[in-house]
Amino acid sequence: MVSPFFTPEEQGRFDRELSEVLGHYPADRKSAAMLPALHLLQSLKGWLPPEGLRLVAERLEVSPARAYEVATFYVMFHTVKPGKYVVDVCTNLSCSLRGAETLLRHLEQKLSLKSGDANEKFTLRETECLASCGTAPCLQINEDHYESLTLQKVDELFARLP
Amino acid sequence: MTTQPEKVITRNWGKPSSHTLLEYQRAGGYVGLKKALALTPAQITDEVKRSNLRGRGGAGFPTGLKWSFVPKDNSKPKYLAVNADESEPGTFKDRYIMEYDPHMMLEGIAIAAYSLDVHTCYIYIRGEFKLQAERVDAAIREAYQAGIFGKTMLGKDFALDCYLVRGAGAYICGEETALLESLEGKKGWPRLKPPFPAVVGLFGSPTVVNNVETLASLPHILDRGAAWYAGLGTDKSGGTRLVCLSGSVNRPGVYEISLATTVKELIESKEFGQGMPPGRKVKAVIPGGSSAPVLAANELDVALEFEALKAKQNMAGSGGVIVMDDATCMVRSLWRVARFYAEESCGQCTPCREGTAWQTRILRKIEEGRGEPGDVDILLGVATAIAPFPPIGLGNTICALGDAAALPTHSFVARFRDEFEAHITEHKCPFGDRPWGHYGEGRA
Repeated sequence: MVSPFFTPEEQGRFDRELSEVLGHYPADRKSAAMLPALHLLQSLKGWLPPEGLRLVAERLEVSPARAYEVATFYVMFHTVKPGKYVVDVCTNLSCSLRGAETLLRHLEQKLSLKSGDANEKFTLRETECLASCGTAPCLQINEDHYESLTLQKVDELFARLP
Repeated sequence: MTTQPEKVITRNWGKPSSHTLLEYQRAGGYVGLKKALALTPAQITDEVKRSNLRGRGGAGFPTGLKWSFVPKDNSKPKYLAVNADESEPGTFKDRYIMEYDPHMMLEGIAIAAYSLDVHTCYIYIRGEFKLQAERVDAAIREAYQAGIFGKTMLGKDFALDCYLVRGAGAYICGEETALLESLEGKKGWPRLKPPFPAVVGLFGSPTVVNNVETLASLPHILDRGAAWYAGLGTDKSGGTRLVCLSGSVNRPGVYEISLATTVKELIESKEFGQGMPPGRKVKAVIPGGSSAPVLAANELDVALEFEALKAKQNMAGSGGVIVMDDATCMVRSLWRVARFYAEESCGQCTPCREGTAWQTRILRKIEEGRGEPGDVDILLGVATAIAPFPPIGLGNTICALGDAAALPTHSFVARFRDEFEAHITEHKCPFGDRPWGHYGEGRA
């Protein structure tokens, strides 16, 4: 027997939150809820598995290709399972002027990963401006934001990760 | 020396619990909305026009005029879409409005909606703004409970629903028609204009798209009057302005400035940037987010204001002022900026999709010491194919991202061509292969 994609609890949250979001749009515009639906799926599963994308497409009455197209357009959506912690280091101009490259090299060594690569625990990426230019350099771990970083602060931050 | 003007937008920043309805009302919040509801919608639009408020998202378009493009005789529902997708490199002001004072934006939304006869508003916030989304979400709930949103507005028979929608990491969705596509649940591909969103926008309906800071200005205009607001600014642009200072400067941050403040004053003033780090001199400044042309050190006596910068073939843009010092390699800086546009090009128009990638490859080649004679001209040719310089309206693409990718290239090369050529003749970066930049305090 194939086990269902969602646990009963996940299914409950998916149904409840999706129907609430659908109420925000005109009745004939269900597909508008695509981004909220994908955020919801990702918050439940940690990424967007193909089966989940099919379920979202079904619920929003669009083709699975449309869900996949949207999912792959936006960098926050993961269509490939990432590490437990997705580490996004901003290296755009304002951050680079305040040491982001040093920070990135430090993390590459620390995590034994090249930027763009992943293992079970970490995905390390360079990312574009996170609107922390006044508190540069900065990085994001999953959806949490850390600013005004030094190498020491980064080491302390990673030491605290479970 | 220009001093800091009266604080308007930032007046509550730094106060405890400034993001709550209670504190916002204590500081005089929602008085502007009360005054607005005593006027007719047309009177409000006139007031906004008289205030000379110009859009704070980047284009600087007069807000009242934008509103007036919404057709009056259209039977379709109308929408307000709030552009809270702040992503222009060097820009970080709207995030603080939403962090410290989300109700100022919500009050502006209520005023705009009443004036425009809009009953549904979507706030499109960039996906990375987690704290900001939580603050705005909580503020929306408070506004419903306080009878500001919902079936009536402060007792008046006017219904407004307001929904928060999170983006998911795509710079292009800050372009207003890409934002609408994304709100419709699609990838963010900009639309061909005309028709403009005011006529055919969200779900095919008339839609006004306004920036966070623009909306946060409305309560003050309605509370204290258009004449007062216009008087804070210049002939053509009212109010104060938020600018975001970053890069190589002693005190980066968001500052509320008068429109007479120059780039030089912003960097040097005790109230703002407090000068350059020890031993460093200004080499170049980008005055309006990474899409704006770069200024050399001898061009900094220009006011950070729409018309003054436009007269120098530059732009006030989103207010992101990025300072580069004399230890900064301009090739490396431009390469990083070019990579950003290549990464964020949506791929719809060939000149931008291909051109941004070519710019990046050529700049990398030059920076890594593999450049050949003629490469700088090839680079300029690629940039010109995306958007000619000087700009004549939009370049060869549907949206302004193409122009934004080409302008830095033209302006960096025009001012620092010797540095580009030195990379080629010396077969290496004259600044060395070390990582650039330094850490905040006690910088090298």
